[in-house]
Amino acid sequence: MSQRVTLAKALNMGLRRAMEDDDKVLLMGEDVGKLGGVFRITDGLQKDFGEDRVIDSPLAESGIVGTAVGLAMRGYRPVVEIQFDGFVYPAYDQIVCQVAKIHYRSRGRVKMPMVIRIPYGGGIGAVEHHSESPEAQFAHTPGLKVVTCSNPVDGYWMIQQAIACDDPVVFLEPKRQYHADKADLDDQATPDPLFTSRIVRPGTDATLISYGPMVKTAMKAAEAAATEGRSLEVVDLRTLSPLDMTPVLDSVRRTGRAVVTHEAHVNLGMGAEVAARITEECFYSLEAPVLRVGGFDTPYPASRIEEDFLPDLDRVLDAVDRSFDF
Amino acid sequence: MAQQSGDGFGPDLADVFGPAHSDGGPELVQLLTPEGERVHHPEFDLDFSAEELRGFYRDMVLTRRLDVEATALQRHGELGIWAQLLGQEAAQIGAGRALRPQDHVFPTYREHGVAWCRGIDPLQLLGLFRGVDHGSWDPEERHFGLYTIVIGAQCLHAVGYAMGMQRDGDVGTGDPDRDAAVLAHFGDGASSQGDVNESFIFAASYNAPVVFFCQNNQWAISEPIERQSRIPLYQRALGFGFPGIRVDGNDVLATYAVTRAALQRARDGQGPTFVEAYTYRMGAHTTTDDPTRYRLSDDVERWKLRDPIARVEVYLKRNGLVDEAFLEAVADEADQLGATLREGCKALPDPAPLSMFDHVYAEMTEELAAQRDGYAAYRETFEGGVA
Ligand SMILES: Cc1ncc(C[n+]2csc(CCOP(=O)(O)OP(=O)(O)O)c2C)c(N)n1
Repeated sequence: MSQRVTLAKALNMGLRRAMEDDDKVLLMGEDVGKLGGVFRITDGLQKDFGEDRVIDSPLAESGIVGTAVGLAMRGYRPVVEIQFDGFVYPAYDQIVCQVAKIHYRSRGRVKMPMVIRIPYGGGIGAVEHHSESPEAQFAHTPGLKVVTCSNPVDGYWMIQQAIACDDPVVFLEPKRQYHADKADLDDQATPDPLFTSRIVRPGTDATLISYGPMVKTAMKAAEAAATEGRSLEVVDLRTLSPLDMTPVLDSVRRTGRAVVTHEAHVNLGMGAEVAARITEECFYSLEAPVLRVGGFDTPYPASRIEEDFLPDLDRVLDAVDRSFDF
Repeated sequence: MAQQSGDGFGPDLADVFGPAHSDGGPELVQLLTPEGERVHHPEFDLDFSAEELRGFYRDMVLTRRLDVEATALQRHGELGIWAQLLGQEAAQIGAGRALRPQDHVFPTYREHGVAWCRGIDPLQLLGLFRGVDHGSWDPEERHFGLYTIVIGAQCLHAVGYAMGMQRDGDVGTGDPDRDAAVLAHFGDGASSQGDVNESFIFAASYNAPVVFFCQNNQWAISEPIERQSRIPLYQRALGFGFPGIRVDGNDVLATYAVTRAALQRARDGQGPTFVEAYTYRMGAHTTTDDPTRYRLSDDVERWKLRDPIARVEVYLKRNGLVDEAFLEAVADEADQLGATLREGCKALPDPAPLSMFDHVYAEMTEELAAQRDGYAAYRETFEGGVA
């Protein structure tokens, strides 16, 4: 059945379906029950699945993730919600020191089939700690898988696939897209596998690589470039760890130019990794160095100037121009 | 879940802590009832001058106006969000007025009344919520820290700061102008955070001069206090090794008296105290919250009858401590404050874009300077119409 839904609704439907399919799936977090989460992603689920499966937790992130570790050891599949990106750090120790390493240390005897959902990114005019992009910190941690969806259809499938995955998955949800656009969702379709990236707009002159909240900006940039006769290919990474470089490398071999863009700080961000791999793999196809466009290396600024911090269409196109200037 | 009883592991919780009381229970320290009757307490009673009482009233009325005005400004799109304090005025003014100038406050994001007592310009509070800065006041100048949004983090800072006061010899000298203490604010939800519990341990271990001031407003967004604690919060303190007191958070006289005593204890070198101000969040959690999804309107109605301002007003009037002229003057002052905030808020300048590169480090790095200069040059390419 096909339905037009927002990302928020798609995630809600995906969670519901995962809970129906597997009664070991539990949702945990602050305000996820009666309120349905501050973004209403879990709306109505406690009503239908009960308080034992949709658990309003005490206000303690380390507690939420740490108890989820124990539940996972016991055969459950906890899906925890961190209310906002900036509040994941009290749980950081549990995530990088425990969640990420238990399978390894137990030589595969103990699985950690856990999903850590984090609404992330800026552009919503919030106060501090509500607009962060911590993806590189998790992608830098072996043992974790890190994915991010950019649209409702992916949101619906990817959340279910993440829950079904036997490894711990940090699931990043671009909060400024929650209610931004609707898309046709066919719940009978066959989705792409979870840890794959994808070309979302074909082009011939340069490759724009992006993920999560910036995919929309990249698409707009490609549209704008098209009106000036430049054909940009857009890749949505979808998975940050493991990185699926195949579509990226194929694309860059064809176009010869690459611009990576994300909201997170440029220094040691995902763009650095992508650029390094492109350079290693397709050095002789490159017409220009791989360029990066990201947030500046400052703390996320006060929201009245966040538009200056966040890469926009013009900054992306400017980088494309620079690529062609080489 | 069943409570343990008669199983050899100890008594029923209800036997130990008494039945749950929606009014705070008999342990609640109160000096002024919701009906405006002055009552006395064996330990915390104080004499209040008419001037002090009028001062409390004025502080609370103006704090409420600040809150109401900021809420309205948010509705008009002038603030991104606002954390309301409606109903918590007495807890904050009582605590705030109990401070001495040299004491230091570590607030959360909702301490607008305490900020008022510290002489922070209310417009500076709006700046954070409008998104023009991350807090523009100088924490040392007014001895009032920057608002902390990550729940509970400031409690550890408070204890460390108090340990610093200890080391500087500013505790227990007997000199009232020198001895100092720290007041750490947090909510009932925050009491679940590791940081808060760790701060209790540090404070107890080092006998730090700190007062933990918890406004138990019954809710952490949608989650009721029962989700954070099975026992009355103030009783937790004992387990950490320092006293806990529950005070009527809607009674400004009681919150003042109890906080004053706790701060003095800290200044004298007798260590931490936990004060639980038992109150209620009459507004929403913030302007983005929808309490109708989880809260009973009956409760709100019941708590309206315990309004912290109304009871002081009744007491003042009944005892002939105010005249119409005073009440009008306060009302006028509130109107003026409202007007100042409305105009001042809209006039708060947006920060200059390049200011985002300022103060990242005490010593600017070449890398960051290059980013800044690059962005400045980039912006200039738009001059002349493109952007
Ligand atoms: C570490 C962290 N987790 C989650 C949040 C989101 N959040 C903001 S306020 C709040 C509820 C706080 O409740 P409480 O401590 O009782 O204080 P109140 O706001 O009721 O005064 C939550 C969950 C946060 N700010 N920080």
